[in-house]
Amino acid sequence: MSEHIAERPAIVIDGLHKSFGNLRVLRGVDLEVADHEVICLIGASGSGKSTLLRCVNLLEPIDAGRIVVEGEEITARGVDVDAIRRHIGIVFQSFNLFPHMTVLRNITLAPIKVEGTPASRAEAEARELLDRFGLAEKADEYPDRLSGGQQQRVAIMRALAMKPDIMLLDEVTSALDPELVAEVLDVIRELAVAGMTMLIATHEMGFARDIATRVCFLDDGVIAEQGPPERIFGDPEHERTRQFLARIVAAGRM
Amino acid sequence: MKVAGGVPGLGSSRGVPGVDPEQPLPPPGNRRSRILSVGEPGARSVWVAVASTLVFFGVAAVLIVRSPGWASIKATFFDREVFADSLPKIVGQFSTNVFIFLVAEAFVLIVALVLAVLRSLSGPVFAPLRLLAIGYTDLFRGIPTILVISLLGFGMPALQLQGFPKSEIFWAIVALVLVYSAYVAEVYRAGIESVHPSQTAAARSLGLSRLQSMRHVVLPQAVRRVIPPLLNDFIGLQKDSALVAFLGVIEGLQQANIISQATFDFTPYVSLAIVYLVITIPQTRFVDWLVERDRRQRQGGTQL
Repeated sequence: MSEHIAERPAIVIDGLHKSFGNLRVLRGVDLEVADHEVICLIGASGSGKSTLLRCVNLLEPIDAGRIVVEGEEITARGVDVDAIRRHIGIVFQSFNLFPHMTVLRNITLAPIKVEGTPASRAEAEARELLDRFGLAEKADEYPDRLSGGQQQRVAIMRALAMKPDIMLLDEVTSALDPELVAEVLDVIRELAVAGMTMLIATHEMGFARDIATRVCFLDDGVIAEQGPPERIFGDPEHERTRQFLARIVAAGRM
Repeated sequence: MKVAGGVPGLGSSRGVPGVDPEQPLPPPGNRRSRILSVGEPGARSVWVAVASTLVFFGVAAVLIVRSPGWASIKATFFDREVFADSLPKIVGQFSTNVFIFLVAEAFVLIVALVLAVLRSLSGPVFAPLRLLAIGYTDLFRGIPTILVISLLGFGMPALQLQGFPKSEIFWAIVALVLVYSAYVAEVYRAGIESVHPSQTAAARSLGLSRLQSMRHVVLPQAVRRVIPPLLNDFIGLQKDSALVAFLGVIEGLQQANIISQATFDFTPYVSLAIVYLVITIPQTRFVDWLVERDRRQRQGGTQL
């Protein structure tokens, strides 16, 4: 991917350590992400994929190491956390839509309250997003009235409404029934085509193979192996990667 | 009381296999009808219910009316003339209670909210504020309301402080606000803590500040969930407005005292009790309706 790497990488993660009590989840993660790259993080449950994403969005304080986004060290002391989060969108496994607001309000809340966008413009932009992703007629529904796939698409739009430079997707299809997965993956695929820089934790190996510019295999709190999807899925170097992929194949997930 | 509407089912509208994901989910049926369908009240069971109720209360009424002391009880508690005479006067003075509890409720809503938010602040910097909020709650929840009212109502005017009102009603309202804010703060706090941390995470991840997340995401959900217990405390406050009588303020209870002492009859107390019921029962129904309407709005026409 070296030909894509600009002078300044979108994200640099350097020696990242994170523990929860005695549980050492991340034990020295190093990763560089170029603009427009789509990185898929794969690995067993508990290998630290979600924690890594939450650290990049400063939802978890880190123990050691540093994270630099667009040239700014976001893990430094005294940074404006809220300002940094505006440029980094995150979508969660469990959607986390605001149940007391309509779909439209869910999407316009942050632009209006954080960016100070006039309500009329925020709404117009939100309707444009809803239209683009085929949910225009759901604008005035409450989240509880939507299917899981629709809720997750709204959650993605809610993050997009802040016009982030980077999107973090944390197993966004894991809570969905199988037949609802495709509609969400299609949205992500469209973002990838549009050039969005993305860090995606996923169990959807077929999807990762399709969409990723690079696949990182997390094991035991470090990136054990990384490379283009053809190589990781076709000819993995490490024994642990092979074992993990064999289990995935055995489980019929690939 | 139906509380169910306050707690949205987490992920309740997950897709169901075989359902077109583009379509809204069909309402999962009328749950009440499913629960009751076993004993769907036919004409026969309705009549049995009516008959057994009539028999039960009929027997109870006969037993009471034929008891040896009934005649004197009827004369001292249920005197038609005293009732007709006392009710307008009591209702007139009851307006003082209404004034007291309406003003107190407005302040309780605000003071309690501030206390609850202070107490839910995380981070070592806010430790003194948290401690203050906890100390406040411990103090005013631990002292009988009548003592707080007496201490403030008799004590503060006697201090003759410059610029402080001497009105007993003013200090009674202050006392009620102090005591009930401690209770209501705990109700709010329970509501705040019942909102899943992932909601805050989602709000913060969008760039909303701690305060904005609280204001726009956590509190609206928390308050909706605690409306029924909030009403409990408000009805308690409304009834405790009668304690102001101890300061010598002529309100509903004091008026009943006066009439009772003049007529040697307890009927005025029954009149006052009826006045209280007339204002409290509709509130409960109103809140039930409010909670149900909110739930319906968010989840569609499903009935519970």
